[in-house]
Amino acid sequence: MFKKDLGLLVLIIVIGTAVALINERFLLPGNLSNTANQVGLFGLFSIGEAFVIITGGIELSVGSLIALLGAIFIDLIVNHNVNWMLAVAIIVAGGCVLGAIHGLLITRMHLQPFVVTLCGLLIYRGIARYYTQDATAGFGFGVSFPTLEWLTAGRSEILSPFARLVGYYGPTIALPHSLIALIIVAIIAGVVLHRSIFGRYLFAVGKNEEAARYSGINSDRIVVSAYVICSGLAAVAAIFIAMYTRSISPAVHGSFYELYAIAAAVLGGCSLRGGEGSILGVVLGTILLQVLQNLVNLLGIPSSLNFAVMGTVILIGVLADQQFMRYRQRAASERGRVRAGSPAPEAAE
Amino acid sequence: MVFLELVDIAKRYPGVVALDRVTLSVAPGEVIGLIGENGAGKSTLMKVLGGVIEPSAGAIRVDGVERKPFTVGDAIKAGIAFVHQELNVFDNLDAAANVFIGREPLAGGFLRLIDRKRLYAAVKPLLDRLGVDFAPDTLVAEMSLAQRQLLEIAKALSLSARLVIMDEPTSSLTLSETERLMRVIDGLKKQGVSVIFISHRLNEVQTCADRVVVLRDGRMVGELDRSAVTHDAMIRLMIGRELKALYIPPASERPNGTTLEIEGVRTTAYPDRVVSLEVCGGEILGLAGLVGSGRTELARAVFGIDPLRSGGLKMNGEPIEIHGPREAIDRGIFLVPEDRKRAGLLLDSSIARNISLPDLRSYARGLLVRNQAELDNAARQKKRLNIKAPSVKAEVGTLSGGNQQKVVLAKWLSMRPKVIIFDEPTRGIDVGAKHEIYEIMRALANSGVAVLMISSDMEEVIGVSDRIAVMQEGRISGFLDRPEFSEHNVLRLAVGMRPGP
Repeated sequence: MFKKDLGLLVLIIVIGTAVALINERFLLPGNLSNTANQVGLFGLFSIGEAFVIITGGIELSVGSLIALLGAIFIDLIVNHNVNWMLAVAIIVAGGCVLGAIHGLLITRMHLQPFVVTLCGLLIYRGIARYYTQDATAGFGFGVSFPTLEWLTAGRSEILSPFARLVGYYGPTIALPHSLIALIIVAIIAGVVLHRSIFGRYLFAVGKNEEAARYSGINSDRIVVSAYVICSGLAAVAAIFIAMYTRSISPAVHGSFYELYAIAAAVLGGCSLRGGEGSILGVVLGTILLQVLQNLVNLLGIPSSLNFAVMGTVILIGVLADQQFMRYRQRAASERGRVRAGSPAPEAAE
Repeated sequence: MVFLELVDIAKRYPGVVALDRVTLSVAPGEVIGLIGENGAGKSTLMKVLGGVIEPSAGAIRVDGVERKPFTVGDAIKAGIAFVHQELNVFDNLDAAANVFIGREPLAGGFLRLIDRKRLYAAVKPLLDRLGVDFAPDTLVAEMSLAQRQLLEIAKALSLSARLVIMDEPTSSLTLSETERLMRVIDGLKKQGVSVIFISHRLNEVQTCADRVVVLRDGRMVGELDRSAVTHDAMIRLMIGRELKALYIPPASERPNGTTLEIEGVRTTAYPDRVVSLEVCGGEILGLAGLVGSGRTELARAVFGIDPLRSGGLKMNGEPIEIHGPREAIDRGIFLVPEDRKRAGLLLDSSIARNISLPDLRSYARGLLVRNQAELDNAARQKKRLNIKAPSVKAEVGTLSGGNQQKVVLAKWLSMRPKVIIFDEPTRGIDVGAKHEIYEIMRALANSGVAVLMISSDMEEVIGVSDRIAVMQEGRISGFLDRPEFSEHNVLRLAVGMRPGP
């Protein structure tokens, strides 16, 4: 697990270095800060997606959910004067309820996750467009929510005290609060997934649902929880994204985001068969995707090629990973040959 | 006169030595019996012979010439042919087409049509040579398993095989079919074709082999000449010790244990049949019956996987309600499922993580799992149950069947069992591990656990149980106490007759 993450980190550094060498603007604090913000926003819902993928499911409605919940959120605080804290609670609760419905349809009605969430993708997009009458939802002139804006879209130079400690007084990168939110969520998710009983159950259900059931695990409840977590995090992301973009065109807002999430999860070591994956991997996967996005912009590649570049890199990455695994297996068997008779090296977890 | 020689063949995988300096020579017209427990290295050796895997060391000589590397193509050229356990024949083609699949005589120039006349003409003499009772144009779908097997042998002969390797060829044959196969082997021998005959059925090995080679733990532990081949000698070499009797009598003092009563239970498989049964703490109750008699369904219902259609359960006289495996587990009722790979284990998780799965709360502080506590317990269980693995972090999927089953047992033994249901506990497990599992079952019973053992292995049911219940089409057709135990009585009950005198 760890080696896989390390490989991804190396890939990010290599690509980052290459971009920085070709175009030094990559390392400008402003650019890094913007990229970090993107990582924060996309990372939030990619982590949710990973929970679902680990149970062996898939969640395709993330993008539409972000559009629908984002539009409702803005409508609540701008047009209905709902207190923003209450609005946040309503949106997150709404996301969780929709996730629970997905989970129940999958476990109780025995529908396939792909089908259920594909319908969600269509339904939520349709409702978002109807709800806003296909008009762009946004903040009117002069409407402002200083605390909320600072919390979600603000940036803090919290790195500068540390920089001063080492004798650096120049400008530092302003850390976007979305990234700080991601770090907090990632730490919690990492502990839940890799250290807690619930995390063990998630992996167990993903690896072999029947065996999990025979071990007394209520696998239906675990699966539903995964969808609740996924849609709940999508709701959180929806608020951050809405506050960042400040306007929502319901037809395109958040479209394809579920694919970014799936791509980040797969790059980060999740298997679509379930039972595999790590939070660190998903975060690194998100970073890689955003660095690639940045690369397209900075290297003057036509932005219409954006998806093509990303698809190619993911394909190469997955291929390289597979070859690397084969190489390692071969190396392991060579080692076994040399020291046959002695106990085998401990299997990597 | 030796045509094929294997010299000091070794095959090592990380942590496992599958073959260790195996030397084997095959003379024309010789029948070699190859025996060994599951995991002794028989199939690895055969894969080396077929060129499928490359040995880590050693030499393969064909007609005195060393062949390295020895590929699948080399094996075919050397005249080595396989008759597999799972037959590789095409149902939808006739016998002749199967024999010459991929090498059909062609006609019609560039149209590349199959020349049926020449095809049948070529197959006929091969079938005659084997003395088979089917024509070249018989559809394989209409042929019996034994006939299909002969067809595979015909195919081998058409490739001018000099050595035919048969892997468990009689496992699904009737007695008369087996006899015919023995005659075919005899015929091959007279025509100068060698045979390697791999089987667990020692009678057959004794009948047909000129020489028996015994593998154990990847080593050749013995070679018996025709005159020395006896059951005892073969078994002794296979397990490396005298075979102990299966039955382990219970401790003289009956422990105070838990009694499970199954009262008037109807399962989903047989909704109109009622089952009542009592398992006492300290006893091993064997549950025999034909496949499909409703035993597994009963176990699933008691364990809470399937709902009870009616009736109820009592523990020590107290009625209990079980709505799912969790509730059964919390009450100390455990199930070792029939299909351990599907229902018992997470194959790509470690031994430690499999063992802790049903009881994670005991390894946790708050909601977080303490890895060290988990590893410590796994190490204890590994030692106690003699699980053979490089470490408790090894993936369960890499273990042999017997060791996998021990991991399933370790799961439940780490907790406090009161009632354990074993569903086919030793299916696909080698003799040594089988005996260890019987010992564990007896130790559990002696400590007061009520043990219910579902088994279709007659030797096991009669050998291990203190009492036998027999199921037939969803009902209990009778009980037998030890003095009444016999294969005959169990079978009579299993088909719904009264036990004999």
